[in-house]
Amino acid sequence: MSEPRACPDCLRRSRLLAHLAPYIEKVATGTAGSRSPELLRLSNEDLVDAVAPKVATQVLAQVMAVPEGVLTADLLAAQCWACCRHDSRYPLGLRDAADAPWALIGRGDPSLLERLEPDGAVTVVGARRASSYGREVARELGRDLAAAGFLVVSGLAFGIDACTHRGALDGGVTVAVLGCGVDVAYPAAHRSLWRRICESGLVLSELPPGTGPWRWTFPARNRIMAALAGMTVVVEAAQRSGSLITADLAADLGRDLGAVPGPVNSRASAGTNELLAGGACLVRGAQDVLDAMLGPGVQMATPTGLDLEPRLRTVLAAVESGEQTCDAIAARLDLSGAEAAAALATLEALGYVSCSLVGVYSRTLLAAPGV
Amino acid sequence: MARFRVVLRATRRIWLPSVVSVLATAQTFTLDGISARPVRVEVDVHRGLPAFSLVGLPDAAVREARERVRAALANCGFDFPLQRIVANLAPASLRKAGPGLDLAIAAALLTASGQLDLERLARLALVGELALDGSVRPVPGVLAIAEAARERGVEAIAVPAENGPEAALVEGIDVICLESLNQLSALAAGEWTSVRPEPMALRLGPDGDAPDLADLRGQRHLRYALEVAAAGGHSLLMVGPPGAGKSLAASRLPSILPPLAPEEGLEVARIASACGRLGQGGGRPFRSPHHTVSPAGLVGGGNPPNPGEATLAHRGVLFLDELCEFRRDTLEALRAPLETGWVSIARAGSWRHLPCRFMLVAAANPCPCGRGDADPECSCAPLAVQRYQARLSGALADRIDVLAAIRQPSAAEIGGPPGEASAKVRERVVSARERQELRFGSGRCNAEMTPGEVRECALDEGAASLLADSYSRRRLSGRAHDRVLRLAQTVADLAGVETIGQEQMAQALQLRRRDRG
Repeated sequence: MSEPRACPDCLRRSRLLAHLAPYIEKVATGTAGSRSPELLRLSNEDLVDAVAPKVATQVLAQVMAVPEGVLTADLLAAQCWACCRHDSRYPLGLRDAADAPWALIGRGDPSLLERLEPDGAVTVVGARRASSYGREVARELGRDLAAAGFLVVSGLAFGIDACTHRGALDGGVTVAVLGCGVDVAYPAAHRSLWRRICESGLVLSELPPGTGPWRWTFPARNRIMAALAGMTVVVEAAQRSGSLITADLAADLGRDLGAVPGPVNSRASAGTNELLAGGACLVRGAQDVLDAMLGPGVQMATPTGLDLEPRLRTVLAAVESGEQTCDAIAARLDLSGAEAAAALATLEALGYVSCSLVGVYSRTLLAAPGV
Repeated sequence: MARFRVVLRATRRIWLPSVVSVLATAQTFTLDGISARPVRVEVDVHRGLPAFSLVGLPDAAVREARERVRAALANCGFDFPLQRIVANLAPASLRKAGPGLDLAIAAALLTASGQLDLERLARLALVGELALDGSVRPVPGVLAIAEAARERGVEAIAVPAENGPEAALVEGIDVICLESLNQLSALAAGEWTSVRPEPMALRLGPDGDAPDLADLRGQRHLRYALEVAAAGGHSLLMVGPPGAGKSLAASRLPSILPPLAPEEGLEVARIASACGRLGQGGGRPFRSPHHTVSPAGLVGGGNPPNPGEATLAHRGVLFLDELCEFRRDTLEALRAPLETGWVSIARAGSWRHLPCRFMLVAAANPCPCGRGDADPECSCAPLAVQRYQARLSGALADRIDVLAAIRQPSAAEIGGPPGEASAKVRERVVSARERQELRFGSGRCNAEMTPGEVRECALDEGAASLLADSYSRRRLSGRAHDRVLRLAQTVADLAGVETIGQEQMAQALQLRRRDRG
């Protein structure tokens, strides 16, 4: 199969965005009317006039003069490829959006573009400051959705995004959409994750290689994520989280919107709980996403662990009822410290429970057989 | 005028008789860290303007000996020679510290001025601080000094009466107890002989009224973790809300450790003596430095270097409460000593090698507010919790084997019956340690297993597959893999089985400290 292609004009558009990045940074604010996706809807000339009227002609002339050879050479040097809106492989979901990027710069396996259509992709987003609950859910959701054959789209940010990618890498294929050039690992702490995704998945951006992150590029990145997938799931978001912007964008495009419920007294889940109150699809696990996207009745093979002996079953029940430490479980079930420790370690090895850095146990999503 | 002075000096030199000087020496020791170094005091008394100078790198306390010696001599009825006195402390390159040289300086001065015939005292080492009335006061480090004296072939050592029992711990050297400077002349004249004092009783195990583990009510898992940690010499991290019993548990740990071997008891006593803490009973030391401690305070430092908390905790327990509040460089400084059991401190002109084989016990809150992020009352931002917990996995945590998560005991537990007493737990710990000594030789425990020895642990099939499974699911790093094996060996030793079974392996996996990720 041939490489995806991009015409020079579309590539020049992305180059223009990189040139204008500091100007857009000044103009774009969080309020409606001047959000970056709205700016990016404008044509080249209007965009330049809107953000940098003083240097408009100069910038425009400079970018339009870049020869085609330089454009492609830059892509090759950064080991990237590009796919523009005139190419047949341009993701279907983006064609729906009025503010879609003219060209997508990608790194990784270009054949995955074929699969990147709304019916086959799910976007999972959420807070960067995520709780252990949110991270666990994101990981499981990523893994199970990827295992069910979906492309799992997320943004490589801290917290929920990274956990989703990690989970999806365990289960299948994941797509990272960046707010900087695809060859820039941002945040730097996720360099190894970024590399893993480059090797086995897909990293996409509308900005040319080498472009750094700006504040406005993240809402702009969110609109791509929202458009790519048929459903956007928000795992954990506070009241004014950026993930809610993605959710809004997805709803505007007529995509399904899902949210993972959280404790009603948790500030970290206030945004997702509000989405649910507003009619978003309740997502408890990958099965709920499957029901929403493929219609009810499509059964996902729920991961079921090995059979448990009665004592392990009672210990598991104690964890499910909210006991968090080995000591609490020992006291509740009247076991010795050694017995409780052995049971918990066995359950952990079987994948039924997980243990935090400070020794707090929580139940994983793995279902126990016959319960 | 100037010219006149020159002439005058020249004439005086011609007229004066040749200088008559008398030289006397006495042997003593000075404390250098926790060991003693020999010092020879040379006193020269010759004609001249009355003066008393002290040379040979004395510190302030040694320099002040001049005043104490002068007063003590006068108050004991001796004459203080009104001549030019020079006291030299050899070797000149060694720094002399502390007041323990007073007695030797006085004795050498008395000999040099002809008031004392020290022929017998020539084979004697003298240690002690003088009071102004001539009585002899105790000094730190007498145990190390007596040992050093014996090694140098000194026949007898004169020590302050209060330090007598301590010096008598050293076999093969005569101990003379002095209460006053007057006794020195009686000793030299052969009119009085000192009776060797009874050696002090070094307590090796915990004493009867030490805090007992029975005070720890409920906390089954913590009790178990303490027992395993004690049995294998593993370091322990306790994480839990404030007031749940972390400090209480740590202070009870020495009471369940096996009693010291006699030579270990002597090591501990030597360190305690050098730091002037021998009076506080023997047994395994328990040190809990405050979290504001400096690196030098923790591992030793200063110039000349002094032992720190790590050395004071030798063969005992070093408890770091509020681990996350310690300065990073302080904890960093503890890494190498934890690995090797020694602290090496190099300073310009001095170099010290101090022992510090201790059990590390640390305590921390699960988050900045202390409640734990699983508690709905916790008010910490997730990022703050993350940053806080990152400190738990950095710096020192690498060296910690066992993690115990602690919760607030329930009302029923805290009002319930007392827990198992230390003595019973100690019995099990001792028998587990005996198995380890049988395997590795005396004084060694599972926590000190080398990677080669770890490979030789006998595992049954279930245990091996459980470990391999945990390892392959990336729940364990290579280092954690070995740590779990060491722990499993200890659990098996406690259970009294030869081969590590699945049950023991599972317990070890649960007890291990968690890595990030």
